[in-house]
Amino acid sequence: MDGLVLQRVSKSFEAKKVLEEVSFEVGLGEIVALLGPSGCGKSTTLGLIAGLIEPDSGEIYWRGNSLRGIPPHQRHFGLMFQDLALFPHLNVFENVAFGLRLRRQPQTEVRKRVKEVLQLVNLTGFEDRDVATLSGGEMQRVALARAIAPQPQLLMLDEPLASLDRILKDRLAVELRQLLRQMNQTAIYVTHDQEEAFMVADRVILMNQGKVEQIGTPQEIFCSPSTPFVAEFLGMKNFVEGEVIYEDGESWLVTPLGRIRFPNQPAGKGIALIRPEGATVDVHEGLQLMGRVTQKLFRGDHCQIELQWGEKRFSFLLPCSQKTPNEGDTLCLSLSPRSVIFFRNHTSHSFT
Amino acid sequence: MRTASLASSWKKGSALAWVLPVLFLALFYFYPLGSILFFAFERLVEEGGESLRALNLAYLWRVLRFTVYQAFLSTLLTVLLGMPAAYLFARYEFRGKTLLRALSTIPFVLPTLVVAAAFNALYGPRGWANLVAVNLLGFEEPPFTLTNSLIAILVAHVFYNLTIVIRLVGDYWSRLDPRLSQAGRSLGATPWQAFWKITFPLLLPAILSASLLVFIFDFTSFGVILILGGPRYATLEVEIYYQMSGLLNIPVAVTLSLLQLGCTWVLTIAYNRLSEKVTRPLPLAAQRRVVSRLLKPHQKVFAFLVVAFLVVFQVMPLVALVGRSLTYAGWERGERGFGVPTLSLAAYQEIFINRRASLFYIPPIQAIAISLGYALATLLFSLLIGFPTAWFLARQQGSGKLERLRRWLEPTVLLPLGTSSVTLGLGFILAFSQPPFDLRASPLLIPIAHTLVAFPFVVRSLLPALRSIRPRYHQAAAVLGASPSQIVRRIDLPIVGRAALVAGVFAFGISMGEFGATALLTRPEFPTLPVAIYRFLGQPGEMNYGQAMALSVFLMATTGLGMILIERFRSGEVGEF
Amino acid sequence: MGKFSQLVRDMAKRIVLLVAVMLLVVACAQPAPSPTPAQPSTLTVMTHDSFAASEGVIAAFESQYGVKVQFLKAGDVGSALNKAILAKGNPLGDVFYGVDNTFLSRALREEIFEPYDSLLLKEIPADFLLDPQKRALPVDYGDVCLNYDRAYFAERGLQPPRNLDDLVAPEYKGLLVVQNPALSSPGLAFLLTTIGVYGEDGYLDYWKKLVENDVKVVNDWETAYYTEFSVHGGTRPIVVSYSSSPPAEVIFAETPVDEPPTGVITEGRSCFRQIEFVGVLKGTKNRNLAEKWIDFMLDRTFQEDIPLQMFVFPVNPMAKLPEEFVRFVVMPTETAQVSPEAIDQNREAWIQAWTETVLR
Repeated sequence: MDGLVLQRVSKSFEAKKVLEEVSFEVGLGEIVALLGPSGCGKSTTLGLIAGLIEPDSGEIYWRGNSLRGIPPHQRHFGLMFQDLALFPHLNVFENVAFGLRLRRQPQTEVRKRVKEVLQLVNLTGFEDRDVATLSGGEMQRVALARAIAPQPQLLMLDEPLASLDRILKDRLAVELRQLLRQMNQTAIYVTHDQEEAFMVADRVILMNQGKVEQIGTPQEIFCSPSTPFVAEFLGMKNFVEGEVIYEDGESWLVTPLGRIRFPNQPAGKGIALIRPEGATVDVHEGLQLMGRVTQKLFRGDHCQIELQWGEKRFSFLLPCSQKTPNEGDTLCLSLSPRSVIFFRNHTSHSFT
Repeated sequence: MRTASLASSWKKGSALAWVLPVLFLALFYFYPLGSILFFAFERLVEEGGESLRALNLAYLWRVLRFTVYQAFLSTLLTVLLGMPAAYLFARYEFRGKTLLRALSTIPFVLPTLVVAAAFNALYGPRGWANLVAVNLLGFEEPPFTLTNSLIAILVAHVFYNLTIVIRLVGDYWSRLDPRLSQAGRSLGATPWQAFWKITFPLLLPAILSASLLVFIFDFTSFGVILILGGPRYATLEVEIYYQMSGLLNIPVAVTLSLLQLGCTWVLTIAYNRLSEKVTRPLPLAAQRRVVSRLLKPHQKVFAFLVVAFLVVFQVMPLVALVGRSLTYAGWERGERGFGVPTLSLAAYQEIFINRRASLFYIPPIQAIAISLGYALATLLFSLLIGFPTAWFLARQQGSGKLERLRRWLEPTVLLPLGTSSVTLGLGFILAFSQPPFDLRASPLLIPIAHTLVAFPFVVRSLLPALRSIRPRYHQAAAVLGASPSQIVRRIDLPIVGRAALVAGVFAFGISMGEFGATALLTRPEFPTLPVAIYRFLGQPGEMNYGQAMALSVFLMATTGLGMILIERFRSGEVGEF
Repeated sequence: MGKFSQLVRDMAKRIVLLVAVMLLVVACAQPAPSPTPAQPSTLTVMTHDSFAASEGVIAAFESQYGVKVQFLKAGDVGSALNKAILAKGNPLGDVFYGVDNTFLSRALREEIFEPYDSLLLKEIPADFLLDPQKRALPVDYGDVCLNYDRAYFAERGLQPPRNLDDLVAPEYKGLLVVQNPALSSPGLAFLLTTIGVYGEDGYLDYWKKLVENDVKVVNDWETAYYTEFSVHGGTRPIVVSYSSSPPAEVIFAETPVDEPPTGVITEGRSCFRQIEFVGVLKGTKNRNLAEKWIDFMLDRTFQEDIPLQMFVFPVNPMAKLPEEFVRFVVMPTETAQVSPEAIDQNREAWIQAWTETVLR
């Protein structure tokens, strides 16, 4: 393997397991997002890769060589911290030049490179500014510039855009991806924001409670979440209990909402997820769901409908048209089998 | 990420940072102290414990009570009066700030006899204050009397130690982000509430640190009690001196020294417990952002009051001293009225002449050079030993032996300050006059003795600053390619740079003004300024007094200039912190 | 993290090396004029802060015997003596100069001296030699006497007090400043004066009267003389000082004066004589040179150097006094007497009783 490999890496802090047998790979030039809720072990993973902490067990390889015993300053990785950790005693120029100076680059080189990266992050002219006088976005860009200035073999970004507002975040995420692509930079991008992860990364590693839940391209993950946790983390809420049974030589999914043909599935109990965009009005086939509309949110070309069914609530996206029901209406929806994902052997979702 | 993990990989570095202080303390503190202890013990056994049985315990108890009482009062006053000045220096920029700060540090280095002379020149029966009061304000009797009273002791202690509070607390304050208290204000706190609820708790580590140092200084006070307090007041240190020098009763003197040491130890441990509770990493703020000009009227009034206080209280005695060195008592003798003193440069001319061809004549330039040499050596040694010590003490070392060592070393570092200098001085003589450590002839013995007193100061100045560095900075630097030693050099050192300068100023000052240990250890060929001053003061005659005053002015000037230079160093070498 | 810890270890090694170098520097800084045996060409004289001598005088001794004289000063007499006691048997110097009659018995009891029967003792009046075994040989003496501000009394047409009795008279109320005998050598001398005059039974009563007459007590001579004494800006015209203070006032005057501003009370046993001794330190490897030095100190050259250097009087009557001394010193006719043994035995008790009476 020619990039980063984590092999069954585990780490505990004072008897609390933080990472459990985590394995994944990052190819050269690839941008990988570590996605997961806070406390899932993403930052610890970065710390392990950077060499700030040592794994209890498992191995980390870079281009085929084990990193065990290599101190952080000899790994030539870059890490941009969530809290940025800009050195308060240095100005913008010196912060960015920090890593370069440690590599004993001549002054002219240092100047050239700092200028280059500052230009890259759109901070030309900020050289002499005191870091304490910068805005949040500017600080973030200085931190990024500082991390990329020494041209690290692997760049790690820990929630780099966390404290920014949505619009700025979206814009910067796109810029960041362009920038990393342009540099052909191998990068690990840690975030708890799925949209950000999907925007920036080539591949996403979804983590939960110290374990890897799913690895795949944004599309793979979005289209076929492998666990209820992944689905729920991506914002999907329509879960019902279900069971796949065989009758008449065909497999069926039986749910409280009714039964549908569910081809090529082994039998067993589990949980069924209905994708929010999988519902249609007025077509009577598949699962039928009749309920009262409790909320209707206008979302541009779609309407988000909240449907009360018994104790449960479902959420669907319907195309906006005049037929769209209003709050308080009773509505009957058909759910196509194609929009149902069944998670076998998952009995309940503890994650809610 | 848990921060403890990087710290744990630093453990190996810390593990060796303690070697230096432990070695230093073992060789230059515990070994001489142990020597004199052993000697005293042998004596006691020889005489069958006679001298201890003869101790007047009720009297001793009185002495101890008074020692604690005056030290407590003095410390309280020093902190209360020092805080406004610390605030002014930390938050505002105004003309003459550097000069005023340097001037208010000078008292710290002055020998007690010189301070007494300064006070006398100002508040004495024929001092300037009384002169003005009687001649211009029409008082019948001189209104100020400042000798032989508890008030004199308190005033002198505040005069001496105010600068500790101003510098230690002021330095910490200036790194405190003002937005924190602004945030409090925006949440509806009055300025007073914002101070008590936000600023004060955040400053507490520095305040405690300064208070502890001030208290130990006051607790072991000798010259001030002796000269300004008068015979009615005795502290443990005075009693130790009496037993040692007056009665040659070494066993009792050493026993009392141990008592004094025990008190210091208990106090320091209590302080450490408290300090660990109140210290937390702080977001640092750049100086430029913190310091502002005096704009609003109430700021100007405040600044005026603080500056006026400092000028009257800290600077006026110095001015009076300069005045005293330039005039002589040309008033009509015997008259209890007040004449006008005569201006004369004679004392200054005289110090450059070896009138009596004395073997022990000290050319002032030589004394200045020697004093400066010792002071710079002390500065170097104490920073060299103090920085690794503070660095090691700054963070918990996990569990096990190292943490136990840390917990033990932290109070131990302060012990030399709480040790009677007569006792330790004799210990030095006992320990370093014979093999294996025959250092009698070494001119380094004096800077080493000074370092013993200065290095606790350095550690105390650096600790709050080092503790306030977020471990995240270390991680960030490590990932950027900084090795542990580079992290120390490029992150820790510059961030604590200002605190290190404060520490350096004190180390310099302590050495410039130290007399007790110097008198015991110095060789006549290498006299310091204080030694030269005391030599003149020991003889009768107007010119002797005048020359002592003139040399005191040299001491003041040299120290003041030295401190200003050290402070200048800040803007050049180290960052904005 | 092998390499990381390796680096840390390297750093640590550097620190350890630094310490080692530092200590080495300390240890070797001056291979040093080692004072004792190895180089017999150096003679080390232990003494107190107030010792002084002329360059030329010491140089004469050095060239005569081809030696280098090194002086080891250690604070006041008490501290210097402590130093000698601590190093007993393995002395820091060859001779000790400066022990006075208040400490003499203690020093002899500690057995820090070896006897030396100098031929020059013949020239010196026998009453100065307090140790018949000749372990401590007298060098100089000074009288602690009451000094007064001449102008003060002249102006008021008041007679200066003539003796101790006068001091408790109402006309001298509030005029006297003395030193604390616990912490000051002249203070102790004055306490001994009162004991010598009024006896062990009477001195406390006398002090009670002094207290009633508003005596002021300060801890040290410097404060008494330079802060409280009216000649130097204070308010008290009578102070405990030395009989040699008036010539010092003339010599160290700001502008030349014909007569000292101060006078000395010399009558009625109101002075106490402090005699300073020199002795060969037991265990010296330079016994021969040490004897030469002691002879030198008792001989005329050094004796004549004493007054203007230390402001005390030479014990050798052959020594000529400088003009200022001849003109301005009045010798007390009779001094108060307390034996060194009595001082040694009762010092602490006397001081304690004095403290209880005067300070409480």
